[in-house]
Amino acid sequence: MTMIELQNFSAGYGSRRLMSGVSTCFGSGTVTALIGRNGSGKSTLLRALAGLNRDYGGVIKVCGTELSRMPASECARAVAYVSTERIRIANMKCSDVVALGRAPYTGWTGSISDRDRDIVRQAMEKTGMAAYAGRTMDKMSDGECQRVMIARALAQDTPVILLDEPTSFLDMPNRYELVSLLRSLAHREDKCILFSTHELDIAMQMCDHIALVADNTLYNENVSDMVSAGHIQRLFQTDSLAFDADKMRFTTL
Amino acid sequence: MVSRRLILFVVAGLLLLLLFVADLVVGNTDIPVADVWGALTGGACPDVTARIIIDIRLMKAVVAVAAGAALSVSGLQMQTLFRNPLAGPYVLGISSGASLGVALFILGAPLLGLTGSLASMGVAGAAWAGSAAVLLVIAAVGHRIKDIMVILILGMMFSSGVGAVVQILQYLSKEDALKSFVVWTMGSLGEVTGSQLVVLLPAVAVGLLAAVACVKPLNLLLLGEEYAVTMGLRVRRTRALLLLSTTLLAGTVTAFCGPIGFIGLAMPHVTRMLLADADHRFLLPAVMITGAAVMLVCDIISKMLLLPINAITALLGIPIVVWVVLRNQ
Repeated sequence: MTMIELQNFSAGYGSRRLMSGVSTCFGSGTVTALIGRNGSGKSTLLRALAGLNRDYGGVIKVCGTELSRMPASECARAVAYVSTERIRIANMKCSDVVALGRAPYTGWTGSISDRDRDIVRQAMEKTGMAAYAGRTMDKMSDGECQRVMIARALAQDTPVILLDEPTSFLDMPNRYELVSLLRSLAHREDKCILFSTHELDIAMQMCDHIALVADNTLYNENVSDMVSAGHIQRLFQTDSLAFDADKMRFTTL
Repeated sequence: MVSRRLILFVVAGLLLLLLFVADLVVGNTDIPVADVWGALTGGACPDVTARIIIDIRLMKAVVAVAAGAALSVSGLQMQTLFRNPLAGPYVLGISSGASLGVALFILGAPLLGLTGSLASMGVAGAAWAGSAAVLLVIAAVGHRIKDIMVILILGMMFSSGVGAVVQILQYLSKEDALKSFVVWTMGSLGEVTGSQLVVLLPAVAVGLLAAVACVKPLNLLLLGEEYAVTMGLRVRRTRALLLLSTTLLAGTVTAFCGPIGFIGLAMPHVTRMLLADADHRFLLPAVMITGAAVMLVCDIISKMLLLPINAITALLGIPIVVWVVLRNQ
């Protein structure tokens, strides 16, 4: 089912046009890796989808409704976002940080109900952070903090989750583990997950779709179509780096 | 956890009550506790004693409680809004605005030969007008600014600019006017009259209510404005409400008591540490209590040593801030 739909979408950074005339969709139950060179507009696109950047042309529809017409509270029930920013709040338990994700559903004081508490606990279990509920983030590693922020996004209970470079700052095993977590969330919970990354290997091996920002447009294909389309060779191959399409990996020359 | 919280609140509340009574007992003239009690309850005590207790000491203690709570709450708001541990009630230039108002009133009016119409405004009115003017400028500019840090920097630059103008006024002024201005900058809890209290207390109450209305937005802001927006925060409305609240709290207190430093900066840190919780639903009421309590302590010390209140809050506040900074290392 289509969760995000772009119609004639265009966005830029200052006076620079990064993409224009983009029309594509992202469906539920899939995890899509958003790739592209530095400064190509991955974050700009994600921020537009998250409602943080309203400076775009064309139409973004989330769950069939135009994003620009959604009030903030409705938007928060449709899209959750995990940014690149490292968040560490001293004196706040992880479970309380995750519980902030329930904000779109709570009253003016933000007090959570038993049902909210259940959802928070489940979100922490799904991200493997159940044992950390009582700990504070200032004494945790980057990977653990990242998981807490993803648990918070899960607690927000949205059909769409966007993540801006969630794998940076993580070591190799943690990167793979994180993406397989996103994968299982997409497949088991039928979520539409879109994350930007520079890890082409991970994108090709573990994601359902690849969305590539390049040539002032957005190519959005399933992994094998993206590989056979040749964009990856064209854009990422250099004099010292070759792409082997059969094995779907890069080799140094 | 709940029980620990409850115990802390009860202990802090009792301590506040104790300090309030102590503040009534301490003063220039020695008055026995029994007479203080008599004056408060309308019992038997000399007429002069009753007037000292009710008109001077009780008034001052009430002002101290209001000022301490107001400054601490606005400090907490600014620290959370700007995600900066060194933010305080005066970070947006409210005290500079107030001091410009007062400087224009005390120093500028004689220079320009205006004494009649301006004099009726009073120092408090001038200070209030000054801080409100600063807020208007910040709000007007801040509405177009996306990044909250830019507002912080603008506030600081604005303060420095206003400080320079005040300095020019000081340089040009006569000795008498200069002295009364300097005395104002030292702060005083005892200058508030009954008719001013009628303005001060409701203004502070409204500011505190606005702060209470913001507990959920403040909690979301712990993750930064961007995350808060994606969780449904209406950021411009929240910013406006917080700025309004801080102007009412810090602006009003500064208008009537002068710029009182360090309470607003230090107390949120102390309270966060005591409570071991960043949740504003508990932090906000706790900060009101601790801020009021420490303000009473400062008043008691200032009365015993016969020193201006601002010197005491600074000498007490600076070690606290230094300690917090070192502890977080």
